[in-house]
Amino acid sequence: MTPIPGWVEVVVAALLVSSGVFVLISAIGLLRLPDFFLRMHPPALAYTFGSWCVALAGILYFSVRESRLALHPWLIVIFLSMTVPVTTVLLARVALFRRRAAGSADTPPPLSPGREAPTEV
Amino acid sequence: MSIWISSAAAFAVGCYALASVLVLVRLIKGPRAQDRVFALDLLYFHALLVLLVLGIRHENDTYFEAALLIALFGFVSSSAMAKFILRGEVIE
Repeated sequence: MTPIPGWVEVVVAALLVSSGVFVLISAIGLLRLPDFFLRMHPPALAYTFGSWCVALAGILYFSVRESRLALHPWLIVIFLSMTVPVTTVLLARVALFRRRAAGSADTPPPLSPGREAPTEV
Repeated sequence: MSIWISSAAAFAVGCYALASVLVLVRLIKGPRAQDRVFALDLLYFHALLVLLVLGIRHENDTYFEAALLIALFGFVSSSAMAKFILRGEVIE
């Protein structure tokens, strides 16, 4: 348990503040953009910058405090970088599927006809 | 605990709370089901960030395991819901 030097405190505080600002910006974007495919973009800001800033702050803070390399907050970032693209691609496919099923006019046609079930609807 | 880190943690948690309220508005308002699933996934992510920041704020490692569990449950639940909307059943 070592005392924490001043510059580490300032860096950790700056990382936490920037993470909060990024998450807030992404939430405003999610609320205000007009279309679902447009709304999928701003949360990427939170998923990348938000989690990376908090994880770096945690790594720095716990490493200095316990005088050893504490890399465990990085696990969260690694896990999120594997799961978030899966969820996002699944939801994008859901939106595309449901728009084609509903017959929306601005939906792009499928690339290879016949492969996806609801194309004739 | 220095005043720098505690005030920055309070600011970050306040930002997450405000962002969660905005995402909740999208979840209630969302025109179709995929908007709601996406907003719920983002709410899970905000809870994870709150736990990580509280772990730094209270100098406690136990918050980290809870954050990891929330990340796991968020992934499982939102992918299961997306699969359900896509096909009408979770496991075919």
